[in-house]
Amino acid sequence: MSAATAATDRELTISRALNEALREEMRRDPSVFLLGEEIGVWGAGGGIFGVTLNLIQEFGPERVRDTPISEEAIAGVACGAAVTGMRPVAEIMYVDFTALAMDPIVNQAAKLRYMFGGKARVPMVLRAQEGAGRGNAAQHSQSLEAWFTHVPGSKVAVPSTPCDAKGLLKTAIRDDNPVIFLEHKALYGTRGVVPEEEYLVPFGSARIAREGEHVTFVGIHTLVHRALAAADRLQSEGVSMEVIDPRTLVPLDIETIVRSVRKTRRLVIGHEAVERSGFAAEIAMQVMDRAFDYLDAPIRRVCGRNVPIPYNLGLERLAIPQEEDIITAVREVVRGAV
Amino acid sequence: MEACAVGACSALRPDDYITATHRGHGHCIAKGGRLALMMSELLGKATGYCKGKGRSMQIADVDAGILGANGIVGGGIGIATGAALSARLRGAGQVCVCFFGDGGFNQGALYECANLAAIWKLPVIYLCENNKYAMSTPVASATAVADLTARAAAFGMPGINVDGMDAIAMREAVFEAAERGRRGFGPSLVVADTYRYEGHNVGDGQRYRSRDEVDQWRASDPIGRFAEACHRAGLVTEDDTNRIGAEVVTELHAAVEFAHASPEPTADLATLEDDLFA
Repeated sequence: MSAATAATDRELTISRALNEALREEMRRDPSVFLLGEEIGVWGAGGGIFGVTLNLIQEFGPERVRDTPISEEAIAGVACGAAVTGMRPVAEIMYVDFTALAMDPIVNQAAKLRYMFGGKARVPMVLRAQEGAGRGNAAQHSQSLEAWFTHVPGSKVAVPSTPCDAKGLLKTAIRDDNPVIFLEHKALYGTRGVVPEEEYLVPFGSARIAREGEHVTFVGIHTLVHRALAAADRLQSEGVSMEVIDPRTLVPLDIETIVRSVRKTRRLVIGHEAVERSGFAAEIAMQVMDRAFDYLDAPIRRVCGRNVPIPYNLGLERLAIPQEEDIITAVREVVRGAV
Repeated sequence: MEACAVGACSALRPDDYITATHRGHGHCIAKGGRLALMMSELLGKATGYCKGKGRSMQIADVDAGILGANGIVGGGIGIATGAALSARLRGAGQVCVCFFGDGGFNQGALYECANLAAIWKLPVIYLCENNKYAMSTPVASATAVADLTARAAAFGMPGINVDGMDAIAMREAVFEAAERGRRGFGPSLVVADTYRYEGHNVGDGQRYRSRDEVDQWRASDPIGRFAEACHRAGLVTEDDTNRIGAEVVTELHAAVEFAHASPEPTADLATLEDDLFA
């Protein structure tokens, strides 16, 4: 970080950026309130990752509600509050625990508006964090974004930078539909520039994290950061990689991805979630539909192995895609062309 | 089972909320739902409450406080508890009656939500219509306690047994529970002792119960009992109740006619994909 940082160029962690988003939206709109496990008092007073830090001090326990360990109640109550005029932001401590809350998420919140013929709004955000990398093992490390993209009626956001995390969360809170907002546990401490002034990041607008010519990489969460590191190394081999972060999976900005593939003619897709039935397959198929004739190589996936996440750090590292895996896949798709 | 819905909803304000059961037509009518729009929805017509997209089990009218029947048994429990939290946060003085049956009574959502409502003192009334069978499963073989209100003590809220075939008793019980909620004293559990005369659905052969048992319950039919009570009190004459009965039949016929005459939803992709997102 340079010594001469302008006021608009300050750096924040993702935790702090999310905290700002919650604080600003709660100040702006009295119908916004938070509920979840250990979000008010635990630790320094901001949940296990500090996202809700000090919010209970400013907004009080009525609007920052520590709940019992009752995930189905958290999601169901959020749905009921949303349909009757509030804007709840519910937190499920680990995305793995949404398995305990699937009826309200899948059968109620996502479907109410459609089932009611458009005569209801369900403006709720369900925050959770996913991902591996901390030795948290099989029940605390999954990446389950594809579960939620498979249910029409809710949106799915997957920020990977502090700037996007803040702007997307503010957009999520203002959205009149259920938003599943998935953070990554290993990225909370990631720092990045966050504008001082008010801003929103729209849904359905991918971010080109790095421009390149020879291959397009589409990834979410940690795979964005690993791809950027891989891109530096590949550059030294003469391979120029474009890196795209979709930022939201529903809605998906397929146009930006397709435009990039038409330019680079090669596509590699990555996520930590297990490869089988993962969102990479969805992106690959959509690109096949729209840009098959432009492809000069088969689309490759760099995804999690089809196993539960093991506890041992060495095994965990093997289960989720690393920078090396991206480089290997990219070398294969550009072989003979660069 | 009419006394449960009618008695309970008659104790509510127009801006109060309900969530209905898997069998929610009566609750919808009792809370002010419109027959023609309901019947249209039953037939999947464009003029239905949900434009033919909902089905009978999802009929809702949010403006009338009807937050939906539910295709998921117990699916309304979280929504009702959330509506009560919303009412509390907005300081609106509203309550929510959460209807479910003796089947929904064993869903885990009730355990989580009733506890939450009790610690937060939310204005919600959990109203269990114990009609003795969840599909074919007798309540005694599905629920270990004979007195369902015994669970109220574990939830930390009052529990009351009511004659669910008596509309006036239902009204009084729910009115009291609603007042308790409005004053900030928290939720209540009301267990209504009632019965479903007909099968669970059209194809139900009802081999799980005897004709005698059904006839016994029919003898204490809530509509007849309510009419008699009104006659005894001199509020209406028998002519009045006969006339009201005839009016209801006329209204039902008109609703059916409206539904039959209504158009199907346009079978195009625009209609199919409309109403998904706000």
